[in-house]
Amino acid sequence: MRVALFITCFNDTLFPQTGRAVVTLLERLGAQVDFPEAQTCCGQMHTNTGYQDRGRSLARRFERVFAGADAVVSPSASCVAYLRENGAGLDGRLAELTEFLVDRLGVEDVGATFPHRVVLHPTCHSVRLMGIGDRPRRLLERVRGIDLVEMGNAAECCGFGGTFSVKNADTSMAMLSDKLCDVLDTGAEVCTAADNSCLLHIGGALRRQRAGVRVMHLAEILAAT
Amino acid sequence: MSDGREAVLARVRAALGSSPEAPEVPRAYREAGAFGAGGDCATVDLFCERVADYRATVRRVRGEELLGALVTACEQRQARRIAVPAGAPPWTVEGVDLVRDDPQLSARQLDELDGVLSGCALAIAETGTIVLDGAGASGRRALTLVPDYHLCVVRLNDIVPSVPDGVAALARVAAEGRPITLVSGPSATVDIELVRVEGVHGPRTLDVFVVEG
Amino acid sequence: MSKTGFPAAARQALGDTQMRRNVGKATSTIRARRAARVAEVPDWEALRDAGAAIKARAMATMPEQLERLEASVTRAGGKVHWARDAAECNAIVGGIAAGHGARQVIKVKSLATDEIGLNDALAAQGVEAIETDLAELINQLAHDTSSHILVPAIHRNRAEVKLLFEHTIARGQDLGWDITAIAEAARRHLREKFLSVPVAISGANFGIAETGTICVVESEGNGRMCLTLPRVLITVMGIEKVLVEWRDLEVCLQLLPRSSTGERMNPYTSLWTGVRAGDGPEEFHLVLLDNGRTDVLGDELGRQALHCIRCSACLNSCPVYSRTGGHAYESVYPGPIGAILTPQLRGLENAPTLPYASSLCGACYEVCPVKIDIPSVLLHLRGRVVREYKSRVSPEALAMETVGRVFGSQRRYEQAQKLARLGRGPIVAAALPGWSAMRGLPEVPEQSFREWWRSRPARPVRGDGAGP
Repeated sequence: MRVALFITCFNDTLFPQTGRAVVTLLERLGAQVDFPEAQTCCGQMHTNTGYQDRGRSLARRFERVFAGADAVVSPSASCVAYLRENGAGLDGRLAELTEFLVDRLGVEDVGATFPHRVVLHPTCHSVRLMGIGDRPRRLLERVRGIDLVEMGNAAECCGFGGTFSVKNADTSMAMLSDKLCDVLDTGAEVCTAADNSCLLHIGGALRRQRAGVRVMHLAEILAAT
Repeated sequence: MSDGREAVLARVRAALGSSPEAPEVPRAYREAGAFGAGGDCATVDLFCERVADYRATVRRVRGEELLGALVTACEQRQARRIAVPAGAPPWTVEGVDLVRDDPQLSARQLDELDGVLSGCALAIAETGTIVLDGAGASGRRALTLVPDYHLCVVRLNDIVPSVPDGVAALARVAAEGRPITLVSGPSATVDIELVRVEGVHGPRTLDVFVVEG
Repeated sequence: MSKTGFPAAARQALGDTQMRRNVGKATSTIRARRAARVAEVPDWEALRDAGAAIKARAMATMPEQLERLEASVTRAGGKVHWARDAAECNAIVGGIAAGHGARQVIKVKSLATDEIGLNDALAAQGVEAIETDLAELINQLAHDTSSHILVPAIHRNRAEVKLLFEHTIARGQDLGWDITAIAEAARRHLREKFLSVPVAISGANFGIAETGTICVVESEGNGRMCLTLPRVLITVMGIEKVLVEWRDLEVCLQLLPRSSTGERMNPYTSLWTGVRAGDGPEEFHLVLLDNGRTDVLGDELGRQALHCIRCSACLNSCPVYSRTGGHAYESVYPGPIGAILTPQLRGLENAPTLPYASSLCGACYEVCPVKIDIPSVLLHLRGRVVREYKSRVSPEALAMETVGRVFGSQRRYEQAQKLARLGRGPIVAAALPGWSAMRGLPEVPEQSFREWWRSRPARPVRGDGAGP
């Protein structure tokens, strides 16, 4: 199976290790990965800030770049949800990574080993916008050696919200500090999610606090052997 | 102010544009009749359970036990003078002075009474709600409001299963222009710390008597 | 609205640690209660669909419904008034009160009358408006404003209320720490008012065009007192509260209490139609209020804000509201619904920061009983703020334009990535001012993903890029 990777501008620039993990994982599962290099940004940042004409034109650009692909996978629930909402879901060919693994490839055990205590932040856009359900959890539960723990108030927003974290930095920080408490309460070594945007936010504060907990995209755990 | 009227209506029409789309209301929810006619055992059990959840007292009595139960309740509350609606059945409660609302009692007179004994138009099991319709054994609104203690007699056939059943049964009452009051437990507030406490301005004690047979 | 809007007001609110404890505790309590009560209704989603359609239908046919409502209320002996704005509404209500020589009026909690500043307008003509809802009474005694749609004094805890009452309506008494005793003090204080004040003012939850029935949903019984005992009743109702038919209540009366207080049914629901001889007020006035609502109705996407039935579930579930409390929204309509309603009612230029007062987490939409898509309306209003009010040469607009051009071309995008690695360039400038002061920012990695991809030894055949 051939699949085109939409890495997202955010991951491309700031989290290349997530992209490498996605490639490793998909190739291990027998897929042939393409990377259309013309891809840039889906337009979500512009749209969410109010610059919707530009946001839409970037979504259209995404559609053109991936027009020829049979299947497109992306490790960002937030970008996938945005593209679908804006009519750029490529007629169902665009899938978020965990959807692609569970629904298209039909695997839950991806052959990963990760002997650490891990807490999953479900992320608002994964759960509420995209309806990802329990796919991330099902995938994590099959990872060998993992100690998957639950956090309190898991479904609550971490306070990122893209432009919100900058325009309303004080409120964003108040939300983040509560999320950190919930993460730290679990005693987890790793906080994971299906989206690096939340993890940038949570991870930034964990690092600033020298909290001794690291963040990893779900793909990186699933790629680990 | 007729100019206000025309202005507001004109603005509404302008805002809506030429042909606003009015959707059909999808009724995939449980409509009236979805649970049967009510009055059955399960419905009555549910009603009693739900009323009790509001920290109202529920007593299930057979017809001939009602008056005795009312006597006991009044004794417990030390209620000696109790209002009854003008259209209520000829209840008698031993040891209690029943003050019929005919001629109408003033609000101040009601405030000096120890309680009120009423029936109801119907009751809703799912929500533990008593419905008063401003007539007959329900009485006018002030009667079941001003006294601090409300004893309410509910007959088995009064109890309908759901809110849609209740609303459907009340359509005629509304069309006649009679006031309707839905009572679900005693007066309560959650205004401080969202902690529910019973008893502010309405009757602070609600005793419900479900009469079987 | 203050000059700096929500961010600054929120900053100030977040510094009030007592308020944050009070609001945080209260909202988490009510969230859990609502969730439990909703979970026991198997057809909840179907009820939400019906509720959304009931409101949309009423909006789409509003001129007809308002005329029907007017006719049925009039037929039942009520008098209907129409008010274009706050001043007109206050004048109508003030005129009726004056006509009866009232020096005092008693009030049921009403957001519409808060919105139009009715109490101040009445005070200016020498009429004292006495709030009878416990929370409204607390705010009135404390010269404070509402911070929540349902429980306007949610920002205060019992200790604060106890002290307030002991200095006002229960002077010299020790009320103890039991909320029952605090409620009892309010009961004693207001009982005489209920029995003697001749004019009452209420809002309305629903007005049924078909029958002319007005519905007020409440808990304490102060509503019933006001609606029943005085000789004259004046109800101020926003025009968006109109419902088409009696039957609509079978949906709304299920959705509202469970979403609002998390109860199967609220203690008291009053439904009355005009005047009834021998039962209740002798005179009933219904004032239909516009005050910006038709402006909201004129926005095809934004008009769903008018579907709101004021349950406040969106406030309680909102991670922003539950931390800032209501005052930061600087409106009688706080929280997510306020963030879309206030700017539309007052004009976007008067509240341009409110559409941004959300992380777009979607919790509000999930709980809304009439399925108002608040996140979509927020985005829509952000777009309107940018298109209608923001200068094209504001720093943000310029940065967005630049970044937009960068994303429009693979070449410019890859150049910008290289600049970002040096801590410079448009991506860094646009995305993250003020960020790294509070959260650590990761180093921009030496190698982007695409650079790694190109450097892979055994590269598979590449797909066709459509190109810029």
